Amino acid sequence: MIGFIQQLQRRTPLGWLQLSHEKGRLLVALAGIAFADVLMFMQLGFQNALYDSNTRVSRAMSADIILLSPKALNLQNLSTFSRRRLFQAKDVPGVQTSTALYINSITWRNPQTRLNATVQVLGFAPDEPAFDLPEVNQQLDKLKLPDTVLFDRGARGQYAEAIAQVEQGKTTTTEVDRRTLTIAGLFSLGASFGADANLMVSDQTFLRLFPRRDAASVSLGLIQVKSGYNPQQVAAALESHLPEDVRVLTTQEYLQFEENYWRTASPIGFVFGLGTVMAFVVGVVIVYQVLSTDVNAHIKEYATFKAMGYSNSYLLSVVFEEAIILAFLGFIPGAILPLGLYALAANATALPIYMTASRAVFVLVLTVVMCALSGAIATRKLQSADPADMF
Amino acid sequence: MAIAISVQDLNHYFGQGQLRKQVLFDINLEINTGEIVIMTGPSGSGKTTLLTLIGGLRSAQSGSLQVLGQELCGATPQKLTQARKHHGYIFQAHNLHSSLTTLQNVKMGLELHREIPPTEMKARAIRMLEQVGLGERTNYYPDGLSGGQKQRVAIARALVSHPKLVLADEPTAALDSKSGRDVVNLMQTLAKEQGCTILLVTHDNRILDVADRIVHMEDGVLKRNTASPVG
Repeated sequence: MIGFIQQLQRRTPLGWLQLSHEKGRLLVALAGIAFADVLMFMQLGFQNALYDSNTRVSRAMSADIILLSPKALNLQNLSTFSRRRLFQAKDVPGVQTSTALYINSITWRNPQTRLNATVQVLGFAPDEPAFDLPEVNQQLDKLKLPDTVLFDRGARGQYAEAIAQVEQGKTTTTEVDRRTLTIAGLFSLGASFGADANLMVSDQTFLRLFPRRDAASVSLGLIQVKSGYNPQQVAAALESHLPEDVRVLTTQEYLQFEENYWRTASPIGFVFGLGTVMAFVVGVVIVYQVLSTDVNAHIKEYATFKAMGYSNSYLLSVVFEEAIILAFLGFIPGAILPLGLYALAANATALPIYMTASRAVFVLVLTVVMCALSGAIATRKLQSADPADMF
Repeated sequence: MAIAISVQDLNHYFGQGQLRKQVLFDINLEINTGEIVIMTGPSGSGKTTLLTLIGGLRSAQSGSLQVLGQELCGATPQKLTQARKHHGYIFQAHNLHSSLTTLQNVKMGLELHREIPPTEMKARAIRMLEQVGLGERTNYYPDGLSGGQKQRVAIARALVSHPKLVLADEPTAALDSKSGRDVVNLMQTLAKEQGCTILLVTHDNRILDVADRIVHMEDGVLKRNTASPVG
């Protein structure tokens, strides 16, 4: 190891000198790699935003265990199960509270544009807070008034004026069917691919909005476990205690269930995955072009080095040195640009698109693999650097 | 006197099957250590082929080819690469690396020899450049040098590691007569100082006087193997 480092110290950094000598070519190469990186970041960002946005409501629920119908597909298609199961759940040791959550989509009139829009309505008893959102829990009293709702600040669509109005303390009204709804307060959750906006209402208001739903059929059951109990064990106890017509999942399992739906049942995961692969391939092609041009431009020098006694593996290491330098240098603008683009996309789509450390590392690894792969293809040209044929 | 190069009954062919063509016929040549030998002959006579065989750039096919005590006939590519480390090769074109300064180019000639520490590499490279009269130009890139200067850097690169054998393929072809003369004199002086053997292929009649011996090659056969009339 020490010997290797000493070798490195005495070695002329040929790859770096070659790259930095041709500044123009280096800039073009870095722009290409940054471009591929930006594409990958955007694809992965959108993909992650999809999964994130669709579990955002679920993650805000204050529950350790979630009961749902075996027919449930995702948050927008939950089906219902009998409220009796929630009462029965209270018999199981370790269960602290069991709260009913009613969820359905409704077409309302946008208070600002007066055009129809679909929103997701979340109904629960104001006495039993169903969400871990301090903003919502402070305004539970407002929900006790009939036909009064809390509205999502992160909603997708033209709601800015209406939100500003509520923000100033005024109430805004709008219509659903023939009912008038009052927006009394705001909270922040954000839009998802499945729903443009969320409304929080009391269970009574919910039942009034959906006359066909009845109080005894709930969408989700939120169970909190007493401190000192293991949610997993309580979930297992519930599973054996409750009949087959209800499914018991820990919150973590439920989030996976929700994500899994979007991964498999929707084409979106595939689309963005494919997009990432395409960006990767584009990157390979760009870096290959740069490296093979570079090898061609220096083929005589390489042949000379071979004649001087440098081995083929030395020349390979030069090409790979260039590839790795390109990968790391190209990654810097490639990782900074998406920060701005994420902010732009987040504003435009109200989706939670943001940079994560794990994604940055993942793309960095992809970039290194991409450059190494291109380097490996480009080194095939080295074989033509035969000093005997050259002179 | 010790023998640096010993070639016996060397035959060499290019091509495969029906296209197979013999380019070297029964070459016999011995060069003593410290000798300067010039090889002349028309284009296509096989001079460069013989030089590349001796230099270990190609693998010899039949006969015997001993260079610096190593048999190169039928040697593996690895062995040839190893052997090349002990030669200094000077080409018709200077073949300097355009992204490296003259100092870095000369240092590349030393980097192969792992026993030399980095500080000594630099000192030796600078001393070598001073010897070829380019001590002021260590940080120039080849683009900023004249043809003669570039060829002198190439000579410095070939000689900096004190090789026991220097092979030169028309080193003066691209130079005017004065620079050509300078380059050859330089090679002669440095070689005599370092005590190395030189085999020089050339068309250039103006430089024949530096040779201890001149051999003439024609149609793949060594025609004349005589002591230099001048030397």
